[in-house]
Amino acid sequence: MYAAIVFLPILGSAIAGLFGRVIGARASELVTTGLLFVSAALSVVAFNDVALEGHKYIIQILPWIHSGDFAIDWTVRIDTITAVMLVVVTGVSSLVHLYSIGYMHEDPHRARFFSYLSLFTFAMLMLVTANNFLQLFFGWEGVGLASYLLIGFWYTKPSANAAAIKAFVVNRVGDFGFALGIFGIYFVFKTLDFDAVFQAAPAMAGKQFIFAGHSVDILTTLCLLLFVGAMGKSAQLGLHTWLPDAMEGPTPVSALIHAATMVTAGVFLVCRCSPLFQLAPHAAEFVTIIGATTAFFAASVGLFQNDIKRVIAYSTCSQLGYMFAAAGVAAYDAAMFHLFTHAFFKALLFLSAGAVIHSMHHEQDMRKMGGLWKAIPFTWAMMLIGNLALTGVGLPYLGIGLAGFYSKDAIINSTFAAHTGIGSYAFTLLLVSAGMTSFYSWRQFLMTFHGRYRGLDHQHGDHHAHGHDEHHAPKLEEVHESPLVMLVPLAVLALGAVFAGMAFTHFFIGEGAHEFWRASLFVGNGEEGHLPVWVEMGPLVVTIIGFLIAYYYYILHPDLPRKLAAKRGMLYVFLYNKWYFDELYDFLFVRPAFWIGRFLWKKGDGMVIDGLGPDGVSARVLDAARGAVRLQSGYIYHYALAMLLGVVALATWFMALGGAL
Amino acid sequence: MSLPLLSLVTFVPLVGAALILAMPRPDAARWIALGTTIVTFALSLMVWAAFDPHNPGFQLVEKMDWLGGGISYHMGVDGISMLFVVLTAGLMPFCIAASWESVQTRVAEYMIAFLVLETMMIGVFCALDLVLFYVLFEGGLIPMFLIIGIWGGKRRVYASFKFFLYTFVGSVLMLLAIMSMYWYTGTTDIAALLANPHFPPQMQTWLWLAFFASFAVKMPMWPVHTWLPDAHVEAPTAGSVILAGILLKMGGYGFLRFSLPMFPSASEMFAPLVFTMSVVAIIYTSLVALAQEDMKKLIAYSSVAHMGFVTMGIFTLTHQGVEGGIFQMLSHGVVSGALFLCVGVVYDRMHTREIAAYGGLVNRMPLYAACFMVFTLANVGLPGTSGFIGEFLTMLGAYIHNSWIAIFAATGVILSAAYALFLYRRIIFGALVKPTLQTIQDLTAREVAILAPLVVITIALGFYPKPVFDVTTPSVAKLITDSKASLALDHANHGALAQAAGDKLAAAEKGTGQ
Repeated sequence: MYAAIVFLPILGSAIAGLFGRVIGARASELVTTGLLFVSAALSVVAFNDVALEGHKYIIQILPWIHSGDFAIDWTVRIDTITAVMLVVVTGVSSLVHLYSIGYMHEDPHRARFFSYLSLFTFAMLMLVTANNFLQLFFGWEGVGLASYLLIGFWYTKPSANAAAIKAFVVNRVGDFGFALGIFGIYFVFKTLDFDAVFQAAPAMAGKQFIFAGHSVDILTTLCLLLFVGAMGKSAQLGLHTWLPDAMEGPTPVSALIHAATMVTAGVFLVCRCSPLFQLAPHAAEFVTIIGATTAFFAASVGLFQNDIKRVIAYSTCSQLGYMFAAAGVAAYDAAMFHLFTHAFFKALLFLSAGAVIHSMHHEQDMRKMGGLWKAIPFTWAMMLIGNLALTGVGLPYLGIGLAGFYSKDAIINSTFAAHTGIGSYAFTLLLVSAGMTSFYSWRQFLMTFHGRYRGLDHQHGDHHAHGHDEHHAPKLEEVHESPLVMLVPLAVLALGAVFAGMAFTHFFIGEGAHEFWRASLFVGNGEEGHLPVWVEMGPLVVTIIGFLIAYYYYILHPDLPRKLAAKRGMLYVFLYNKWYFDELYDFLFVRPAFWIGRFLWKKGDGMVIDGLGPDGVSARVLDAARGAVRLQSGYIYHYALAMLLGVVALATWFMALGGAL
Repeated sequence: MSLPLLSLVTFVPLVGAALILAMPRPDAARWIALGTTIVTFALSLMVWAAFDPHNPGFQLVEKMDWLGGGISYHMGVDGISMLFVVLTAGLMPFCIAASWESVQTRVAEYMIAFLVLETMMIGVFCALDLVLFYVLFEGGLIPMFLIIGIWGGKRRVYASFKFFLYTFVGSVLMLLAIMSMYWYTGTTDIAALLANPHFPPQMQTWLWLAFFASFAVKMPMWPVHTWLPDAHVEAPTAGSVILAGILLKMGGYGFLRFSLPMFPSASEMFAPLVFTMSVVAIIYTSLVALAQEDMKKLIAYSSVAHMGFVTMGIFTLTHQGVEGGIFQMLSHGVVSGALFLCVGVVYDRMHTREIAAYGGLVNRMPLYAACFMVFTLANVGLPGTSGFIGEFLTMLGAYIHNSWIAIFAATGVILSAAYALFLYRRIIFGALVKPTLQTIQDLTAREVAILAPLVVITIALGFYPKPVFDVTTPSVAKLITDSKASLALDHANHGALAQAAGDKLAAAEKGTGQ
């Protein structure tokens, strides 16, 4: 029965994709959405059965690749960490399907859109239910494909096509590491099944093998390779450049794929492999460093973005950094908990932003918004809840707060409690990032919903083309709430954003954690000891400071930001241009690849190989032939004849020889 | 086993060719060719059905005296060759159907050339005698020359010139090698040579190099690949399909049938060379593909890169590497064939292969866009398509052998995504602004009938490749154990020789000492 959770979405995808034209867009929407809700309901059953009642399932589906000792099967594995992901994935996906019925209602290609959404869900479910590294890799690349298709969904937009390719190729860079990690795991353990690998891992601790000509620590190397894959999928520093561009896709896609589910696959991978990372402390340290640095980097870039979706995209990137930072200090439970709560409030934020965009007739530039709260109060309220949850508002000693309060504070505390140099580094950056998170979240909120409506202003100093110039912002009176089919999913997610932390903290990171996760995740002893008061209060304080700064600049003195932007201070320009990663990569990789390709083609193939080989030879042959033979038209027949003669000569020769013997 | 199945599947196309000779009207020629290839395909499926997957040796064997002197008409298939027969017979009806409307001149001759080519190709994979193999291997070039030279594009003469020069040099050397093998062993029987390979290491080196010259050109391996892009560009669509789908595979098949099992010491010795050439091919041609402006050239270069995975996998002499190489060849036969068919679809409409002439086709050709997407993804090696499995297994084999090879090869995986998706974007995506494209039509029923089965096969094999592995596994296992055994024997002999030489030296020293 649980196998149906995985396979119902692909059924829906196939129906909508193959027969969408026949059955029509509405039927496609209903079929895919309906099947997703069934899948979500089954997931809740599975969560109850597996996570709360302590069962575990490994369902064999089909053999896949069997080559010699190498044997991989299609399986559905459900343990607690999978059950958590099932609820997240099917829950958010079904709501996004529902929401999309409203959001995409004007699009002529809805059947294709819903087919892709369900295809994505299937791939993501294959990823989380994998029982071996290769099926996980299948899902991993499958979600990459769906992401590619959905980012490029509006295929007439050149920017969308470019973003789609960028997403796929950058992810392939990560997969390069992931694939090598898989090869290495098979090389060392002679199997790719999770349980077998994890059981054999302790025996390999501290041992070395030869990788790329060097003798290196086995588990450290393998974990680092796997983490390179995770960095690509989860947009960590260095391989993050695709995520902001991915916002070219429709907003429901951003919510489902680029916020709640796919981008968390890297965190899932690290948590799934927690038995390996636990034995590779240096790799774990690297995870923390990258995670914390990404959290800081992305938050800093998010400070000055003007596109409502890009702010949330950088926020996602930053929050994923939090999760990795926690995983690196062995707080895998906190990482998974943040993954869980983040899915609710980030999907909520994205879908709310989508509702704003929908109401604003596809305007995404926050500089053209403002004062919208009167026009769309429900969306305002949803966004407010999302922001409160993201910034982690709550009362430290009473233990009451929104979702992010539990999980984010748990992460920050865990880095402090690690009591290592790297832990302190992470703690500092994460705390600062929490302040920046608060600033950019409230900046976005205030720019969008409060202050003066700027939709009809035509002068904005620094106008960056986002490809939306064709849209004219409506008058404020024309801005209306989105239809109910979009608002209901918001309300459901808001419930999650408010209560998910309170309801589940006991299981995920509290006393019930061992009982809850059991063998599916490495759980530490959970004793953080007593944290100093300033550590407990720190996140709340920086959050308030961030809010106050945003309030000062965007409500009290709304002219200041524009003046500051106009001055274009170095730091502002640096942050606004995203630390110049795109320009750097273009210079280092993209241009050289094309240049080298052209060089090898023209010079390598053309001049050297052909010049010395066939062209040179044929030129000599022709020179010689010109004098002797009058060339006629049908060269080909000559060669054919030569071949035939050769064959005949051979046969004759052998026959003669045969006679002689 | 009453029917001589292998002879039937080999020579039925020739019968069809004779029929066309008797009725050379274009329409009749088309239908006869299609009927013949379908019958041949059905026969090849019967071969598969009659094949016992548990038996690693040669099956469905037929043997008759032929030229005397121990040279016989000896046919048989094992798990390595059998599926290539099916692949060849399976691709052929698609080629005929794809040429239905695009070939309007000398239709009867065209169909005859294809049917003769089919006989030769199937024969290559069934032949168990070196001379028979050689005759068919080289004979296949003749119809291919004609196909490129008569029905090809503007620079067809140059292309066939190049094709000829490359393959000729290789085949002469292989012929010499075959002769010296005959002189040394007194037989040209492949099964006998396989059962008892005992060439001395020195001789293996030369034989290996001679065979390598021929197979490396056929594959084609870098740096003897430059004939391929030109040949592809000039060949008609169906010619490209066969070239990429089958002819290239003969090189890989040759490595598996001759180089590895008959010259194991030389294979071991030259493996680093092969790995280097393979890895260079993967990276070099992928980069070159990125810069291409002609659709067919781009796919041709990507073929060279994909064949790099095959040679890399085969020479690791690991089970995964070899079996992955075979799978990669089968999959590439389907996928690259399908990609060339896709190019043919738009070429038939627009008569240009220049990428810049297209753009935004999805707006008017959604079905085409969907099919092309599937094959592009298979070319990229996405899991869930047949393209992934071969690539993955060959890299796994390479990693087990030496992690450096896998590291280099894996960069090709990044590049393949770049060039393939970049191609797709330039042709399919974007707004449809070019005035010439405004009236372009989506796939016809005939084109759907051609592409749809290939889509199904590509995806089905990606999820459930077991039918292929069931056939190949026992023979691959046998190939590896046999090769390793004779390798060990060679090492032992070598060791014994060295030992003997050492003893002699020691004795001599003793003598002088006294």
